[in-house]
Amino acid sequence: MTIGRIAPETETPLLEVENLKKHFPIRKGLFSRVVGQVYAVDGISFSVAPNETLGIVGESGCGKSTAGKAILNLIKPTDGEVKLEGKRIDNLSGAKMRSVRKQLQVVFQDPYSSLNPRLRVGEIVGEPILNFDSRNRHAREERVIELLERVGLPADAAKKYPYEFSGGQRQRIGIARALALDPKMIVCDEPVSALDVSVQAQVVNLLMDLQQDLKLSYLFVAHDLAVVEHISHRVAVMYLGKIVELSDKHSLFSDPLHPYTEALLSAVPQPSPRRKPDRIVLKGDVPSPINPPKGCRFHTRCPYAFDRCYVEEPPLREVEPGRQVACHLHDDAEGTKGPSLPS
Amino acid sequence: MVATIESAEEDAVGQQGHDESALLEVEGLSTYFFTRDGVVRAVDDVSFSVAAGETVAVVGESGCGKSVTSLSIMGLLQTPPARIVSGHIKLQGRDLLTLPESEMRKVRGNEISMIFQEPMTSLNPVLTIGRQIGETLVLHEGLSEKEAESRAVELLRLVNIPEAERRVREYPHQLSGGMRQRVMIAMALACQPKLLVADEPTTALDVTIQAQILELMSDLKQKTGSAIIFITHDLGVVAEMAERVVVMYAGKKVEEAPVVDLFERPRHPYTAGLLDSVLKLGSSSGERGKRRLNEIPGTVPSLKDEIVGCPFAPRCSYATDYCRTDAPVLEEKAPEHFAACFHSDQLAEQEN
Ligand SMILES: Nc1ncnc2c1ncn2[C@@H]1O[C@H](COP(=O)(O)OP(=O)(O)OP(=O)(O)O)[C@@H](O)[C@H]1O
Ligand SMILES: Nc1ncnc2c1ncn2[C@@H]1O[C@H](COP(=O)(O)OP(=O)(O)OP(=O)(O)O)[C@@H](O)[C@H]1O
Ligand code: SF4
Ligand code: SF4
Ligand SMILES: [Mg+2]
Ligand SMILES: [Mg+2]
Repeated sequence: MTIGRIAPETETPLLEVENLKKHFPIRKGLFSRVVGQVYAVDGISFSVAPNETLGIVGESGCGKSTAGKAILNLIKPTDGEVKLEGKRIDNLSGAKMRSVRKQLQVVFQDPYSSLNPRLRVGEIVGEPILNFDSRNRHAREERVIELLERVGLPADAAKKYPYEFSGGQRQRIGIARALALDPKMIVCDEPVSALDVSVQAQVVNLLMDLQQDLKLSYLFVAHDLAVVEHISHRVAVMYLGKIVELSDKHSLFSDPLHPYTEALLSAVPQPSPRRKPDRIVLKGDVPSPINPPKGCRFHTRCPYAFDRCYVEEPPLREVEPGRQVACHLHDDAEGTKGPSLPS
Repeated sequence: MVATIESAEEDAVGQQGHDESALLEVEGLSTYFFTRDGVVRAVDDVSFSVAAGETVAVVGESGCGKSVTSLSIMGLLQTPPARIVSGHIKLQGRDLLTLPESEMRKVRGNEISMIFQEPMTSLNPVLTIGRQIGETLVLHEGLSEKEAESRAVELLRLVNIPEAERRVREYPHQLSGGMRQRVMIAMALACQPKLLVADEPTTALDVTIQAQILELMSDLKQKTGSAIIFITHDLGVVAEMAERVVVMYAGKKVEEAPVVDLFERPRHPYTAGLLDSVLKLGSSSGERGKRRLNEIPGTVPSLKDEIVGCPFAPRCSYATDYCRTDAPVLEEKAPEHFAACFHSDQLAEQEN
């Protein structure tokens, strides 16, 4: 299926993800019998062009981090393909994967558990260099200091341990580390969630500067929609393991097509104490990725759900150039094709 | 959603209905870390109070001492290296700093509870979610294990965790980041505290769940009269939840004001810079990359060095020579509006 891609055909995408799935088995009892599956990521396809930022947003637990980890080959995908510069990486392991990892770095959501508490910051940031690069010690130390300063930490931070830093400061250490090997692509899993707004602005500016200077691509997972809007070129909205909308950011934020996207945008708290929030409050139970609802996965909470939504799953389809959505409300755009088959 | 909170209604009225004065008073709190290479003045002479039923937000740059302030209130600092070198923390007039640990443990379970910033490190990885929530309930409310488990399921439902019955038997690593955070929230709400200290409680949550959690906290506040200390860097959340805001910088309180005053007439340049850095949805509609976000240039000073003059001076566009030698003290610049800045008036003029 090529629906997942909307990058210009002329350009070879840096990253291609095809029908990626990650299911976690649920085990029970004495013999750890598998009694079910968590459909954490359930068939997603997209691509990221060189120098592009693809934002990913979606409800907590919808599979964003799992998708990131599967792409990075930190966990084995259940199905699907991941290609970097046209070459499959999802089936690599050991040394081969290590050399790919140089190009594909990650900044994690949790700045607390992602740094080794026994290493000094200088060692943490310099570790990837040590593994891949034969620079001498002096050059390495200089590089570490340069990296620390780029992320807004003082040079003497190199001699300290992670516990001596606050949450936000630790996240900057993680970003410095990810930059150490001049990667082509960084998967950023909530890289600025733990930062206060002024530092967040610094880091967002920094990430964008780095992108320009180094032609980096980002897969940028975040809850802060204003940040996603600012930093991304295109945005994918996930719900229960699937992509429900994927568009260039202007269309997505000014004219969301999927009812879930619409609800998400309306829930953003406004930084002005006199304005009363005007929200679409999602009613109904949050469904589970173990028994995803039949038909459209969003129907249990969708204010527009109609009979067809309960039985037929809407496929993600292109409804305008560069805009994909998975919702029966946007079927007419398909013209005369009539009702589509459940996928 | 309402069911579990309702049960607390009676004792809320009984215990707190009469009390008009401050529920919590933090007076001159200084908490330092004594490390091998120096003393870190993480919290330096900070005072504020929280009335019953009030929500006070604490904001400030990463590393300015927000979490250390809340851990000081909870009595959960690791000593050494941390030590509270001066000050009082009074809960309904009783100084918590003089209580023995055994008493403090009761206070923590029953009267104050905390939602920690780092859900992964504050949840025990080898205990199921149900056990962790249940433990508090067995300890403080004398429930049997069976009762505790069914109450844990109820609490998970309250924070909108799907399939609560199954999730209580799972371990922290099997949950997503946002679910772990909600487990922490469920634990904190378990004992219907008088004071809830929430350290970045919604940072890991998406906005729809965040909206539900904020509503839940407002509900709790209304039904039980709980006060909330809300630490967050999301100024949208501050605007929505708080009645009063305390702004910290480099271990000190630099501004305090009712929420509307603070947003509309900040009196400290750091606060003004913070408000300028806020990114609003829809504000990036121009071509991407054309506009840089406003940031406050520079970094916070090291808390290990003696700070001479105003700690914000190296980054402040209003700074004068005076600011670099003398430390401004907190003054009431307008009714109920305090700031520690020599040139507040200049800022106020500019804002107009
Ligand atoms: N190791 C695991 N074992 C079993 N289930 C898992 C595991 N890791 C994740 N899951 C489940 O997969 C689903 C997706 O989790 P994931 O961490 O990807 O969500 P997320 O979108 O990143 O959420 P958040 O915004 O809260 O970080 C969740 O239901 C989660 O419980
Ligand atoms: N164990 C420790 N040893 C030495 N210094 C510490 C220790 N814990 C915290 N600090 C220091 O105390 C200061 C205050 O930290 P705190 O965690 O309170 O910041 P914060 O305001 O909560 O920041 P954030 O917004 O990033 O969570 C920081 O400068 C930090 O480096
Ligand atoms: S397909 Fe139906 S239930 Fe699903 S989002 Fe569209 S209208 Fe709502
Ligand atoms: S006292 Fe001076 S340096 Fe400090 S915030 Fe005010 S103007 Fe800026
Ligand atoms: Mg995640
Ligand atoms: Mg903190």
